[in-house]
Amino acid sequence: MLKKLAISAVAALALSGGAALAAGASGHVEDVDFSFEGPFGKFDQNQLQRGLKVYTEVCSACHGLKYVPLRTLADPGGPGFTEDQVRAYAADNFSVYDPEIDDDRAARPADHFPANNGVGAPDLSLVAKSRAGFHGPYGTGMNQLFKGMGGPEYIYSLLTGYTGEEKEEAGTVFYGNTAFPGGWISMGPPLADEQVEFDDGHDNSLHHMSQDVAAFLMWAAEPKMMARKQAGFVAVLFLVLLTSLLYLTNKRLWAPVKKGAKAA
Amino acid sequence: MAGIPHDHYEPKSGFEKWLHSRLPIAALAYDTIMIPTPKNLNWMWIWGIILTFCLALQIVTGVILVMHYTPHVDLAFASVEHIMRNVNGGHMIRYLHANGASLFFFAVYLHIFRGLYYGSYKAPREITWIIGMLIYLMMMGTAFMGYVLPWGQMSFWGATVITGLFGAIPFIGEPIQTWLLGGPAVDNATLNRFFSLHYLLPFVIAALVAVHIWAFHTTGNNNPTGVEVRRGSKEEAQKDTLPFWPYFVIKDLFALAVVLLVFFAIVGFMPNYLGHPDNYIEANPLATPAHIVPEWYFLPFYAILRAFTADVWVVMFASWITGGIVDAKFFGVLAMFGAIAVMALAPWLDTSRVRSGRYRPMFKWWFGLLVIDFVVLMWAGAMPAEGIYAMISLIGSAYWFAYFLVILPLLGVIEKPLPMPATIEDDFNAHYGKHGTPAE
Repeated sequence: MLKKLAISAVAALALSGGAALAAGASGHVEDVDFSFEGPFGKFDQNQLQRGLKVYTEVCSACHGLKYVPLRTLADPGGPGFTEDQVRAYAADNFSVYDPEIDDDRAARPADHFPANNGVGAPDLSLVAKSRAGFHGPYGTGMNQLFKGMGGPEYIYSLLTGYTGEEKEEAGTVFYGNTAFPGGWISMGPPLADEQVEFDDGHDNSLHHMSQDVAAFLMWAAEPKMMARKQAGFVAVLFLVLLTSLLYLTNKRLWAPVKKGAKAA
Repeated sequence: MAGIPHDHYEPKSGFEKWLHSRLPIAALAYDTIMIPTPKNLNWMWIWGIILTFCLALQIVTGVILVMHYTPHVDLAFASVEHIMRNVNGGHMIRYLHANGASLFFFAVYLHIFRGLYYGSYKAPREITWIIGMLIYLMMMGTAFMGYVLPWGQMSFWGATVITGLFGAIPFIGEPIQTWLLGGPAVDNATLNRFFSLHYLLPFVIAALVAVHIWAFHTTGNNNPTGVEVRRGSKEEAQKDTLPFWPYFVIKDLFALAVVLLVFFAIVGFMPNYLGHPDNYIEANPLATPAHIVPEWYFLPFYAILRAFTADVWVVMFASWITGGIVDAKFFGVLAMFGAIAVMALAPWLDTSRVRSGRYRPMFKWWFGLLVIDFVVLMWAGAMPAEGIYAMISLIGSAYWFAYFLVILPLLGVIEKPLPMPATIEDDFNAHYGKHGTPAE
């Protein structure tokens, strides 16, 4: 049986490789130790709040978060706003078109973060899940098994990966970036040291802010991550118990049959 | 062939007699659950239960997802996000359904290779095997169409590539493709019909599963020795078998719990590992992804599809002899479906009179190579179709066909099988007893 289990395990690893192989000419992505990695990892509430601030003051100028309802900022396992804070944050920062009054009004918690298609920048609601920072090696998917898919790491590496080079092609300026596939991106360096001030005076170097906004975007893409891991943990615990009981039941059930074989 | 003799249902109470004379449903349930089962079944005989569970899981989670999903090109992607963010427990239901498909295929591949090794496809179980192959084909269709529903980039481009295969059929290909898609390209009509069929096919599969079970309940289970249960009398049969309930139900439930332990760890801790990140980008007909890769369970056949390029001599020969009607693309499509067809024909291609691979010294090695070949093809299917990978795919595809079309027919003639145990009881006693005669 052990041999068969080992074969199954090897097969499982081999099978999982396919999906792990994504886009080919990808850039360099650094592995960051985020607090939410691994089966027991949790979002850092303060980091999510800092990341939200970076998004609001910087990214939201061009990028939308159209799938994320503002009210979820108060949901458990997220940035942990109170309902009053959400109301104030929505009204202070965003306005939405309301067809009932045929005019714009201040955003409410029931609204989503606005979409933003102004300059053709992609929506960021799911960006942390739609990019794979890690691949292979050789299409086996091993790296993703140990490091994770690498979406937040990709965002971090992109924001910190500008080389300072520029080139112009057909009237568009491209910026050198070590993380972006192909090495040239049309988004100028969006974030610089000390661009956003945090209320608690937290380190606002580019390096830290990039991690903060990457963590926030992971939450935006997977807001139920905490609930999911908890459910998974409870399920695994329950199944360990059930497996043990069934193992003992099975052993006892078959014991007389196997004993009969010994006597034969 | 008569079934294995065993005790049948006897209605006892007045109500049971009343019901039995009108609808013998209790007898059906009793005979199904108490079927005499070879007592030497090993752990590779658990996958049937796992697969039954998978079908139930997919139908239950799927029915719930449908309550919140909108099959429209403008709304489908957003409705999936609605499920992930707003529906109570929706994220778990969706991840169970998405990863449930992977568990389903993982189990079905082990189930199929179990059948190939122990000769479960051989007489008198050909119908069971053929029904099983039909179920497998339907599973592939269902999974493919289900993957289109979230309307991500891989959904859209996967649908475009796979329906394009039908366009490769000479003369009638393009009208067929247009008919399948409901228009000139993958669009709202395609999404709607895929949604409809994705909901329908699982119930067809459920009906086929009933026939699959009916068929092997008629012939009796195969077992690791391939030796048939003795059927001379009930007493004789009881030496070789145990009733399905409780012996195999409990054993299978234990196995199911172990498998689910791993499954729930994946769903809880890494639910996107087996998926493709590009499918979290909404479908965009104007932007083609760098690599269009199917889900892992399609990769071996995807590798076979791509292996036969125009510079392969068989393809050139086929093209020459048909006056150019069979081109490389059509050849690839034929090869892909042919790879499943030769597997379905295994009962008639295998000439050996010995059922189980355990007593076939040469077969063992060729079978092992087939398993490796399958894994290599899966890997090659995920790699870009160029350079060394194209060559590996071609060699892998060639072996797949050679195994079924050349090796299986030849082995039966040239191989000298090992001695087999006379009865299942002997095999069981040899395994668990002290004085039994070893079977191998």
